[in-house]
Amino acid sequence: MNKIVKYIMLDILKSKVVIAYLVFLMVTGFSIFNLDENTSKGLISLLNIILFIVPLVCLIYATIYIFNSSEFIELLTAQPVSRKKLITSIYAGVVLSLTLAFLIGIGLPILLFTPDATGFIFLLAGILLTLIFTSLAFLGSIVTKDKAKGIGVAIFIWLFFTILYDGLLLLLMFQFGDYPIEKPLMILTTFNPVDLARILILIHTDYAALMGYTGALFNEFLGSQKGTITILLILLIWIIVPTMIAVRKFRKKDL
Amino acid sequence: MIETININKTFGKLRVLKDISIKLENNSSVALLGPNASGKTTFIKSVLGMVLPESGTIKVNNTDIKNDDSYRSQIGYMPQIGRYPENMNIGQVFEMIMDMRKEQMNHADTDLLDAFNMKSIFHKRMGTLSGGTRQKVSACLAFLFRPKIIILDEPTAGLDPLSSEILKEKVKTEKNNGKLIIITSHILSELDELVSEIIFFREGELMFHKKLEELQLQTGEKSVSKVITTILKNNNE
Repeated sequence: MNKIVKYIMLDILKSKVVIAYLVFLMVTGFSIFNLDENTSKGLISLLNIILFIVPLVCLIYATIYIFNSSEFIELLTAQPVSRKKLITSIYAGVVLSLTLAFLIGIGLPILLFTPDATGFIFLLAGILLTLIFTSLAFLGSIVTKDKAKGIGVAIFIWLFFTILYDGLLLLLMFQFGDYPIEKPLMILTTFNPVDLARILILIHTDYAALMGYTGALFNEFLGSQKGTITILLILLIWIIVPTMIAVRKFRKKDL
Repeated sequence: MIETININKTFGKLRVLKDISIKLENNSSVALLGPNASGKTTFIKSVLGMVLPESGTIKVNNTDIKNDDSYRSQIGYMPQIGRYPENMNIGQVFEMIMDMRKEQMNHADTDLLDAFNMKSIFHKRMGTLSGGTRQKVSACLAFLFRPKIIILDEPTAGLDPLSSEILKEKVKTEKNNGKLIIITSHILSELDELVSEIIFFREGELMFHKKLEELQLQTGEKSVSKVITTILKNNNE
Protein backbone atom coordinates (compact mmCIF):
# COMPACT_ATOMS: atom_id res chain seq x y z
CA MET A 1 0.00 0.00 0.00
CA ASN A 2 2.72 2.43 1.01
CA LYS A 3 4.35 1.94 -2.33
CA ILE A 4 1.37 3.14 -4.35
CA VAL A 5 1.05 6.12 -1.99
CA LYS A 6 4.71 6.97 -2.48
CA TYR A 7 4.55 7.08 -6.26
CA ILE A 8 1.31 9.03 -6.31
CA MET A 9 2.84 11.61 -4.01
CA LEU A 10 5.95 11.75 -6.19
CA ASP A 11 3.66 12.58 -9.10
CA ILE A 12 1.41 15.10 -7.36
CA LEU A 13 4.09 17.02 -5.51
CA LYS A 14 5.68 17.83 -8.86
CA SER A 15 2.43 19.16 -10.30
CA LYS A 16 2.32 22.89 -10.97
CA VAL A 17 -1.13 23.25 -9.43
CA VAL A 18 -0.04 21.93 -6.05
CA ILE A 19 3.10 24.07 -6.07
CA ALA A 20 1.01 27.13 -6.99
CA TYR A 21 -1.38 26.28 -4.13
CA LEU A 22 1.52 26.10 -1.68
CA VAL A 23 2.99 29.38 -2.89
CA PHE A 24 -0.39 31.11 -2.81
CA LEU A 25 -1.01 30.00 0.77
CA MET A 26 2.42 31.11 1.86
CA VAL A 27 2.23 34.52 0.18
CA THR A 28 -1.25 35.10 1.64
CA GLY A 29 -0.13 34.01 5.08
CA PHE A 30 2.95 36.20 5.20
CA SER A 31 1.26 39.25 3.74
CA ILE A 32 -1.71 39.09 6.12
CA PHE A 33 0.47 38.71 9.20
CA ASN A 34 2.72 41.51 7.98
CA LEU A 35 -0.19 43.87 7.35
CA ASP A 36 -1.56 43.62 10.85
CA GLU A 37 0.28 44.00 14.13
CA ASN A 38 -2.42 42.05 15.91
CA THR A 39 -1.79 38.42 14.97
CA SER A 40 -5.13 37.29 16.36
CA LYS A 41 -6.87 39.61 13.91
CA GLY A 42 -4.58 38.34 11.19
CA LEU A 43 -5.59 34.79 11.97
CA ILE A 44 -9.25 35.70 11.49
CA SER A 45 -8.55 37.29 8.10
CA LEU A 46 -6.57 34.24 7.12
CA LEU A 47 -9.40 32.01 8.35
CA ASN A 48 -11.87 33.59 5.95
CA ILE A 49 -9.54 32.97 3.03
CA ILE A 50 -8.69 29.41 4.08
CA LEU A 51 -12.32 28.42 4.48
CA PHE A 52 -12.90 29.30 0.82
CA ILE A 53 -9.66 28.21 -0.76
CA VAL A 54 -8.92 24.88 0.92
CA PRO A 55 -12.26 23.22 0.04
CA LEU A 56 -12.15 24.63 -3.48
CA VAL A 57 -8.64 23.43 -4.27
CA CYS A 58 -9.16 20.00 -2.68
CA LEU A 59 -12.45 19.42 -4.49
CA ILE A 60 -11.35 20.56 -7.92
CA TYR A 61 -7.82 19.17 -7.83
CA ALA A 62 -8.80 15.74 -6.50
CA THR A 63 -11.68 15.46 -8.99
CA ILE A 64 -9.52 16.37 -11.98
CA TYR A 65 -6.75 14.10 -10.72
CA ILE A 66 -9.04 11.09 -10.57
CA PHE A 67 -10.53 11.68 -14.00
CA ASN A 68 -7.13 12.32 -15.57
CA SER A 69 -5.78 9.15 -14.00
CA SER A 70 -8.73 6.98 -14.99
CA GLU A 71 -6.75 4.99 -17.58
CA PHE A 72 -3.87 4.57 -15.15
CA ILE A 73 -6.24 3.48 -12.39
CA GLU A 74 -7.63 0.92 -14.85
CA LEU A 75 -4.15 -0.39 -15.50
CA LEU A 76 -3.54 -0.63 -11.77
CA THR A 77 -6.74 -2.60 -11.24
CA ALA A 78 -5.34 -5.14 -13.72
CA GLN A 79 -2.52 -5.77 -11.25
CA PRO A 80 -2.91 -8.20 -8.37
CA VAL A 81 -4.17 -5.67 -5.80
CA SER A 82 -7.62 -5.32 -4.34
CA ARG A 83 -9.74 -2.39 -5.38
CA LYS A 84 -10.10 -1.32 -1.77
CA LYS A 85 -6.37 -1.14 -1.27
CA LEU A 86 -5.96 0.68 -4.56
CA ILE A 87 -8.51 3.43 -3.93
CA THR A 88 -7.45 3.99 -0.32
CA SER A 89 -3.84 4.26 -1.47
CA ILE A 90 -4.74 6.79 -4.13
CA TYR A 91 -6.79 8.72 -1.59
CA ALA A 92 -3.90 8.68 0.86
CA GLY A 93 -1.52 9.85 -1.83
CA VAL A 94 -3.71 12.78 -2.87
CA VAL A 95 -4.61 13.77 0.69
CA LEU A 96 -1.04 13.57 1.99
CA SER A 97 0.23 15.73 -0.86
CA LEU A 98 -2.44 18.39 -0.36
CA THR A 99 -1.92 18.30 3.42
CA LEU A 100 1.81 18.71 2.95
CA ALA A 101 1.26 21.71 0.67
CA PHE A 102 -1.11 23.24 3.24
CA LEU A 103 1.20 22.55 6.17
CA ILE A 104 4.18 24.15 4.48
CA GLY A 105 2.23 27.02 2.93
CA ILE A 106 0.29 28.04 6.04
CA GLY A 107 2.34 26.32 8.72
CA LEU A 108 5.44 28.39 8.09
CA PRO A 109 3.78 31.81 8.56
CA ILE A 110 1.85 30.52 11.57
CA LEU A 111 4.97 29.07 13.13
CA LEU A 112 6.70 32.42 12.75
CA PHE A 113 3.85 34.71 13.85
CA THR A 114 1.53 32.81 16.21
CA PRO A 115 3.20 29.62 17.42
CA ASP A 116 0.54 28.92 20.08
CA ALA A 117 -2.49 26.71 20.72
CA THR A 118 -4.73 28.80 18.45
CA GLY A 119 -2.23 28.50 15.62
CA PHE A 120 -2.13 24.75 16.16
CA ILE A 121 -5.93 24.48 16.10
CA PHE A 122 -5.91 26.54 12.91
CA LEU A 123 -3.58 24.09 11.22
CA LEU A 124 -5.60 21.16 12.50
CA ALA A 125 -8.81 22.64 11.11
CA GLY A 126 -7.13 23.17 7.73
CA ILE A 127 -5.92 19.58 7.62
CA LEU A 128 -9.36 18.24 8.56
CA LEU A 129 -10.95 20.34 5.81
CA THR A 130 -8.40 18.97 3.34
CA LEU A 131 -9.30 15.41 4.31
CA ILE A 132 -13.04 16.04 4.22
CA PHE A 133 -13.20 17.78 0.87
CA THR A 134 -10.80 15.36 -0.77
CA SER A 135 -13.01 12.46 0.29
CA LEU A 136 -16.09 14.31 -0.95
CA ALA A 137 -14.27 14.84 -4.25
CA PHE A 138 -13.46 11.11 -4.42
CA LEU A 139 -17.05 10.23 -3.71
CA GLY A 140 -18.29 12.69 -6.33
CA SER A 141 -15.95 11.49 -9.04
CA ILE A 142 -16.52 7.81 -8.36
CA VAL A 143 -20.28 8.25 -8.58
CA THR A 144 -20.24 10.38 -11.75
CA LYS A 145 -19.20 8.98 -15.09
CA ASP A 146 -17.63 11.82 -17.02
CA LYS A 147 -15.22 14.57 -16.17
CA ALA A 148 -17.52 17.52 -16.90
CA LYS A 149 -20.21 16.14 -14.61
CA GLY A 150 -17.61 15.34 -11.97
CA ILE A 151 -16.26 18.89 -11.94
CA GLY A 152 -19.84 20.19 -11.89
CA VAL A 153 -20.55 18.12 -8.79
CA ALA A 154 -17.33 19.34 -7.17
CA ILE A 155 -18.20 22.99 -7.79
CA PHE A 156 -21.70 22.45 -6.49
CA ILE A 157 -20.40 20.84 -3.28
CA TRP A 158 -18.10 23.81 -2.81
CA LEU A 159 -20.82 26.40 -3.45
CA PHE A 160 -23.22 24.56 -1.21
CA PHE A 161 -20.99 24.33 1.83
CA THR A 162 -19.26 27.69 1.58
CA ILE A 163 -22.14 29.93 0.47
CA LEU A 164 -25.55 28.33 -0.02
CA TYR A 165 -25.75 26.51 3.29
CA ASP A 166 -25.13 29.59 5.40
CA GLY A 167 -27.62 31.51 3.30
CA LEU A 168 -30.26 28.87 3.97
CA LEU A 169 -29.53 28.95 7.70
CA LEU A 170 -29.82 32.74 7.68
CA LEU A 171 -33.16 32.50 5.91
CA LEU A 172 -34.33 30.02 8.51
CA MET A 173 -33.23 32.34 11.31
CA PHE A 174 -35.20 35.26 9.88
CA GLN A 175 -38.26 33.17 9.21
CA PHE A 176 -38.39 31.53 12.61
CA GLY A 177 -36.76 34.28 14.67
CA ASP A 178 -39.69 34.36 17.07
CA TYR A 179 -39.25 30.73 18.07
CA PRO A 180 -36.54 29.08 20.20
CA ILE A 181 -34.54 27.73 17.29
CA GLU A 182 -31.10 27.73 18.92
CA LYS A 183 -30.86 24.00 19.29
CA PRO A 184 -32.12 22.98 15.86
CA LEU A 185 -29.83 25.61 14.41
CA MET A 186 -26.88 24.15 16.25
CA ILE A 187 -27.69 20.69 15.00
CA LEU A 188 -28.05 22.01 11.46
CA THR A 189 -24.63 23.61 11.72
CA THR A 190 -23.00 20.26 12.28
CA PHE A 191 -24.09 19.30 8.78
CA ASN A 192 -21.62 21.78 7.38
CA PRO A 193 -17.91 21.02 7.90
CA VAL A 194 -16.90 24.54 6.83
CA ASP A 195 -19.01 26.11 9.58
CA LEU A 196 -17.65 23.60 12.07
CA ALA A 197 -14.07 24.47 11.17
CA ARG A 198 -14.89 28.17 11.52
CA ILE A 199 -16.43 27.64 14.97
CA LEU A 200 -13.56 25.42 16.03
CA ILE A 201 -11.08 28.18 15.37
CA LEU A 202 -13.20 31.05 16.62
CA ILE A 203 -13.87 29.56 20.05
CA HIS A 204 -10.12 29.53 20.48
CA THR A 205 -9.58 33.20 19.72
CA ASP A 206 -10.32 36.40 21.64
CA TYR A 207 -13.15 36.99 19.23
CA ALA A 208 -15.32 34.28 20.71
CA ALA A 209 -17.71 36.94 21.97
CA LEU A 210 -18.18 38.53 18.55
CA MET A 211 -18.39 35.46 16.47
CA GLY A 212 -22.00 35.35 15.57
CA TYR A 213 -24.98 33.32 16.34
CA THR A 214 -24.16 29.66 15.88
CA GLY A 215 -20.66 29.99 17.25
CA ALA A 216 -21.93 31.65 20.40
CA LEU A 217 -24.40 28.83 20.81
CA PHE A 218 -21.70 26.23 20.60
CA ASN A 219 -19.73 28.10 23.19
CA GLU A 220 -22.67 28.38 25.53
CA PHE A 221 -23.92 24.82 25.21
CA LEU A 222 -20.71 22.95 25.08
CA GLY A 223 -18.10 25.07 26.76
CA SER A 224 -14.74 25.44 25.12
CA GLN A 225 -13.11 22.06 25.68
CA LYS A 226 -16.17 19.92 25.33
CA GLY A 227 -17.10 21.95 22.27
CA THR A 228 -13.71 21.34 20.71
CA ILE A 229 -13.93 17.61 21.19
CA THR A 230 -17.49 17.43 19.87
CA ILE A 231 -16.58 19.42 16.78
CA LEU A 232 -13.49 17.29 16.16
CA LEU A 233 -15.57 14.13 16.43
CA ILE A 234 -18.16 15.42 13.99
CA LEU A 235 -15.41 16.45 11.59
CA LEU A 236 -13.97 12.94 11.84
CA ILE A 237 -17.35 11.53 10.89
CA TRP A 238 -17.29 13.89 7.91
CA ILE A 239 -14.05 12.25 6.82
CA ILE A 240 -14.92 8.63 7.52
CA VAL A 241 -18.43 8.41 6.09
CA PRO A 242 -17.77 9.82 2.59
CA THR A 243 -14.55 7.81 2.34
CA MET A 244 -16.30 4.60 3.28
CA ILE A 245 -19.10 5.19 0.79
CA ALA A 246 -16.55 6.09 -1.89
CA VAL A 247 -14.57 2.88 -1.27
CA ARG A 248 -17.73 0.80 -1.37
CA LYS A 249 -18.89 2.43 -4.61
CA PHE A 250 -15.46 2.00 -6.18
CA ARG A 251 -15.42 -1.71 -5.43
CA LYS A 252 -18.64 -2.13 -7.38
CA LYS A 253 -17.80 0.26 -10.20
CA ASP A 254 -17.32 -0.75 -13.83
CA LEU A 255 -14.14 0.87 -15.06
CA MET B 1 -6.82 -21.05 -18.99
CA ILE B 2 -9.86 -18.82 -19.08
CA GLU B 3 -13.42 -20.06 -18.90
CA THR B 4 -16.52 -17.90 -18.91
CA ILE B 5 -19.93 -19.40 -18.27
CA ASN B 6 -23.01 -17.48 -19.36
CA ILE B 7 -21.79 -14.02 -18.50
CA ASN B 8 -24.18 -11.13 -19.00
CA LYS B 9 -23.51 -7.43 -18.78
CA THR B 10 -25.74 -4.44 -19.39
CA PHE B 11 -24.91 -0.76 -19.40
CA GLY B 12 -28.19 0.98 -18.74
CA LYS B 13 -30.57 -0.51 -21.30
CA LEU B 14 -27.85 -1.74 -23.59
CA ARG B 15 -26.94 -5.41 -23.33
CA VAL B 16 -23.23 -5.47 -24.02
CA LEU B 17 -22.57 -9.14 -23.32
CA LYS B 18 -25.28 -11.73 -23.90
CA ASP B 19 -24.75 -15.14 -22.32
CA ILE B 20 -21.13 -15.44 -23.33
CA SER B 21 -19.63 -18.87 -22.70
CA ILE B 22 -16.11 -19.31 -23.92
CA LYS B 23 -13.31 -21.65 -22.99
CA LEU B 24 -9.75 -20.72 -23.81
CA GLU B 25 -6.96 -23.22 -23.23
CA ASN B 26 -3.32 -22.54 -22.55
CA ASN B 27 -1.00 -22.77 -25.50
CA SER B 28 -3.34 -20.97 -27.84
CA SER B 29 -3.40 -17.57 -29.38
CA VAL B 30 -6.82 -16.07 -29.84
CA ALA B 31 -7.98 -13.15 -31.94
CA LEU B 32 -10.99 -11.34 -30.51
CA LEU B 33 -12.74 -9.73 -33.44
CA GLY B 34 -15.92 -7.83 -34.08
CA PRO B 35 -17.19 -4.41 -35.14
CA ASN B 36 -17.05 -1.42 -32.82
CA ALA B 37 -19.26 -1.72 -29.74
CA SER B 38 -19.60 -5.46 -30.13
CA GLY B 39 -18.42 -6.19 -26.60
CA LYS B 40 -14.79 -7.11 -27.14
CA THR B 41 -13.32 -4.67 -24.65
CA THR B 42 -16.09 -5.35 -22.14
CA PHE B 43 -15.28 -9.05 -22.39
CA ILE B 44 -11.60 -8.41 -21.75
CA LYS B 45 -12.40 -6.08 -18.89
CA SER B 46 -14.68 -8.68 -17.34
CA VAL B 47 -11.85 -11.21 -17.37
CA LEU B 48 -9.60 -8.64 -15.72
CA GLY B 49 -12.19 -7.84 -13.06
CA MET B 50 -12.60 -4.24 -14.19
CA VAL B 51 -16.17 -4.74 -15.30
CA LEU B 52 -18.39 -6.82 -13.04
CA PRO B 53 -20.89 -8.92 -14.99
CA GLU B 54 -24.43 -9.16 -13.61
CA SER B 55 -24.53 -12.91 -13.91
CA GLY B 56 -22.32 -15.80 -14.91
CA THR B 57 -19.01 -17.15 -13.76
CA ILE B 58 -15.50 -16.41 -14.92
CA LYS B 59 -12.73 -18.84 -14.08
CA VAL B 60 -9.07 -18.19 -14.60
CA ASN B 61 -6.94 -21.31 -14.18
CA ASN B 62 -9.92 -23.04 -12.61
CA THR B 63 -10.53 -20.52 -9.83
CA ASP B 64 -13.56 -18.27 -9.75
CA ILE B 65 -12.33 -14.68 -10.03
CA LYS B 66 -15.15 -13.28 -7.96
CA ASN B 67 -13.71 -11.79 -4.76
CA ASP B 68 -10.21 -12.80 -5.76
CA ASP B 69 -7.36 -10.48 -6.71
CA SER B 70 -4.34 -12.75 -6.73
CA TYR B 71 -5.30 -14.43 -10.01
CA ARG B 72 -4.29 -11.24 -11.82
CA SER B 73 -0.64 -11.99 -11.08
CA GLN B 74 -0.92 -14.52 -13.90
CA ILE B 75 -2.19 -11.97 -16.41
CA GLY B 76 -0.33 -9.33 -18.36
CA TYR B 77 -2.57 -6.65 -19.82
CA MET B 78 -1.86 -4.02 -22.41
CA PRO B 79 -4.70 -1.50 -22.59
CA GLN B 80 -5.98 0.16 -25.73
CA ILE B 81 -5.15 3.65 -24.45
CA GLY B 82 -2.23 3.96 -22.10
CA ARG B 83 -2.24 7.16 -20.08
CA TYR B 84 0.08 7.59 -17.15
CA PRO B 85 0.53 10.19 -14.41
CA GLU B 86 2.06 13.20 -16.13
CA ASN B 87 4.80 14.01 -13.69
CA MET B 88 6.19 10.52 -13.30
CA ASN B 89 9.03 9.53 -15.55
CA ILE B 90 9.16 6.22 -17.40
CA GLY B 91 11.52 4.70 -14.84
CA GLN B 92 9.16 5.50 -11.98
CA VAL B 93 6.19 3.92 -13.75
CA PHE B 94 8.18 0.71 -14.12
CA GLU B 95 9.39 0.90 -10.51
CA MET B 96 5.85 1.41 -9.27
CA ILE B 97 4.37 -1.58 -11.08
CA MET B 98 7.40 -3.70 -10.19
CA ASP B 99 6.95 -2.74 -6.54
CA MET B 100 3.35 -3.90 -6.73
CA ARG B 101 4.36 -7.29 -8.10
CA LYS B 102 7.62 -7.68 -6.27
CA GLU B 103 7.33 -11.42 -5.69
CA GLN B 104 7.35 -11.94 -9.47
CA MET B 105 10.40 -9.80 -10.06
CA ASN B 106 13.13 -12.40 -9.68
CA HIS B 107 12.41 -13.74 -13.13
CA ALA B 108 11.41 -10.59 -14.96
CA ASP B 109 11.26 -10.61 -18.73
CA THR B 110 13.13 -7.58 -20.05
CA ASP B 111 13.27 -8.63 -23.71
CA LEU B 112 10.92 -5.88 -24.85
CA LEU B 113 12.55 -3.29 -22.61
CA ASP B 114 15.84 -4.02 -24.34
CA ALA B 115 14.34 -4.28 -27.81
CA PHE B 116 12.60 -0.90 -27.48
CA ASN B 117 15.72 0.53 -25.81
CA MET B 118 13.56 1.77 -22.93
CA LYS B 119 16.35 2.19 -20.41
CA SER B 120 17.82 5.06 -22.40
CA ILE B 121 14.60 7.10 -22.01
CA PHE B 122 13.83 6.18 -18.39
CA HIS B 123 14.28 9.80 -17.32
CA LYS B 124 11.60 11.19 -19.68
CA ARG B 125 8.38 12.49 -18.13
CA MET B 126 5.22 10.59 -19.07
CA GLY B 127 3.47 13.87 -19.88
CA THR B 128 5.94 14.61 -22.68
CA LEU B 129 5.74 11.23 -24.40
CA SER B 130 4.09 10.53 -27.74
CA GLY B 131 1.23 8.07 -27.96
CA GLY B 132 3.48 5.48 -29.56
CA THR B 133 6.06 5.64 -26.78
CA ARG B 134 3.37 5.26 -24.13
CA GLN B 135 2.12 2.27 -26.08
CA LYS B 136 5.62 0.78 -25.85
CA VAL B 137 5.63 1.32 -22.09
CA SER B 138 2.30 -0.52 -21.86
CA ALA B 139 3.63 -3.37 -23.99
CA CYS B 140 6.75 -3.77 -21.84
CA LEU B 141 4.62 -3.84 -18.69
CA ALA B 142 2.34 -6.53 -20.11
CA PHE B 143 5.21 -8.95 -20.73
CA LEU B 144 7.42 -7.97 -17.80
CA PHE B 145 6.23 -10.53 -15.28
CA ARG B 146 6.19 -13.57 -17.56
CA PRO B 147 2.43 -14.01 -17.13
CA LYS B 148 0.74 -17.20 -18.28
CA ILE B 149 -2.02 -15.17 -19.91
CA ILE B 150 -1.33 -12.11 -22.04
CA ILE B 151 -4.15 -9.80 -23.09
CA LEU B 152 -3.43 -7.20 -25.75
CA ASP B 153 -6.10 -4.65 -26.65
CA GLU B 154 -5.25 -3.07 -30.01
CA PRO B 155 -1.54 -3.55 -29.40
CA THR B 156 -0.10 -2.06 -32.56
CA ALA B 157 -2.34 1.00 -32.91
CA GLY B 158 0.02 3.97 -32.85
CA LEU B 159 3.24 1.98 -33.03
CA ASP B 160 5.72 2.62 -35.83
CA PRO B 161 6.28 -0.32 -38.25
CA LEU B 162 9.59 -1.32 -36.72
CA SER B 163 8.26 -1.38 -33.16
CA SER B 164 5.10 -3.18 -34.12
CA GLU B 165 7.27 -5.82 -35.83
CA ILE B 166 9.26 -6.20 -32.58
CA LEU B 167 6.05 -6.59 -30.63
CA LYS B 168 4.69 -9.16 -33.07
CA GLU B 169 7.89 -11.17 -32.84
CA LYS B 170 7.55 -11.12 -29.06
CA VAL B 171 3.96 -12.34 -29.28
CA LYS B 172 5.08 -15.18 -31.56
CA THR B 173 7.83 -16.19 -29.14
CA GLU B 174 5.44 -16.24 -26.21
CA LYS B 175 2.88 -18.16 -28.23
CA ASN B 176 5.50 -20.84 -28.81
CA ASN B 177 6.25 -20.82 -25.09
CA GLY B 178 2.77 -22.19 -24.45
CA LYS B 179 1.11 -19.02 -23.21
CA LEU B 180 -2.49 -18.06 -23.71
CA ILE B 181 -2.58 -14.88 -25.76
CA ILE B 182 -5.67 -12.82 -26.49
CA ILE B 183 -5.44 -10.05 -29.09
CA THR B 184 -8.05 -7.64 -30.32
CA SER B 185 -7.27 -5.74 -33.45
CA HIS B 186 -8.98 -4.10 -36.38
CA ILE B 187 -5.96 -4.65 -38.57
CA LEU B 188 -6.70 -8.20 -39.63
CA SER B 189 -3.66 -8.59 -41.85
CA GLU B 190 -1.27 -8.37 -38.93
CA LEU B 191 -2.94 -11.30 -37.18
CA ASP B 192 -1.98 -13.83 -39.84
CA GLU B 193 1.04 -15.36 -38.16
CA LEU B 194 -0.07 -14.60 -34.64
CA VAL B 195 -3.34 -16.37 -33.98
CA SER B 196 -4.56 -19.94 -33.95
CA GLU B 197 -8.19 -19.32 -32.97
CA ILE B 198 -10.75 -16.67 -33.78
CA ILE B 199 -13.59 -15.41 -31.67
CA PHE B 200 -16.12 -13.17 -33.33
CA PHE B 201 -18.49 -10.94 -31.42
CA ARG B 202 -21.47 -9.06 -32.79
CA GLU B 203 -23.75 -6.84 -30.73
CA GLY B 204 -22.75 -8.57 -27.54
CA GLU B 205 -23.29 -12.05 -28.87
CA LEU B 206 -20.73 -14.71 -29.59
CA MET B 207 -21.05 -15.42 -33.32
CA PHE B 208 -18.40 -18.09 -33.48
CA HIS B 209 -15.31 -19.41 -31.76
CA LYS B 210 -13.28 -21.64 -34.06
CA LYS B 211 -9.78 -22.71 -34.91
CA LEU B 212 -8.25 -20.72 -37.73
CA GLU B 213 -7.48 -23.89 -39.69
CA GLU B 214 -11.09 -24.92 -39.51
CA LEU B 215 -12.22 -21.54 -40.82
CA GLN B 216 -9.64 -21.68 -43.57
CA LEU B 217 -10.99 -25.05 -44.71
CA GLN B 218 -14.55 -23.83 -44.46
CA THR B 219 -13.96 -20.73 -46.60
CA GLY B 220 -11.12 -21.92 -48.78
CA GLU B 221 -9.21 -18.71 -48.00
CA LYS B 222 -5.82 -18.40 -46.37
CA SER B 223 -5.39 -14.99 -44.77
CA VAL B 224 -7.35 -13.93 -41.72
CA SER B 225 -8.82 -10.88 -43.42
CA LYS B 226 -10.09 -12.91 -46.39
CA VAL B 227 -11.48 -15.58 -44.09
CA ILE B 228 -13.41 -13.05 -42.04
CA THR B 229 -14.76 -11.09 -44.99
CA THR B 230 -15.92 -14.29 -46.67
CA ILE B 231 -17.75 -15.44 -43.56
CA LEU B 232 -19.40 -12.06 -43.09
CA LYS B 233 -20.50 -11.96 -46.73
CA ASN B 234 -21.98 -15.46 -46.51
CA ASN B 235 -23.81 -14.48 -43.36
CA ASN B 236 -25.34 -11.43 -44.96
CA GLU B 237 -26.64 -13.32 -47.96
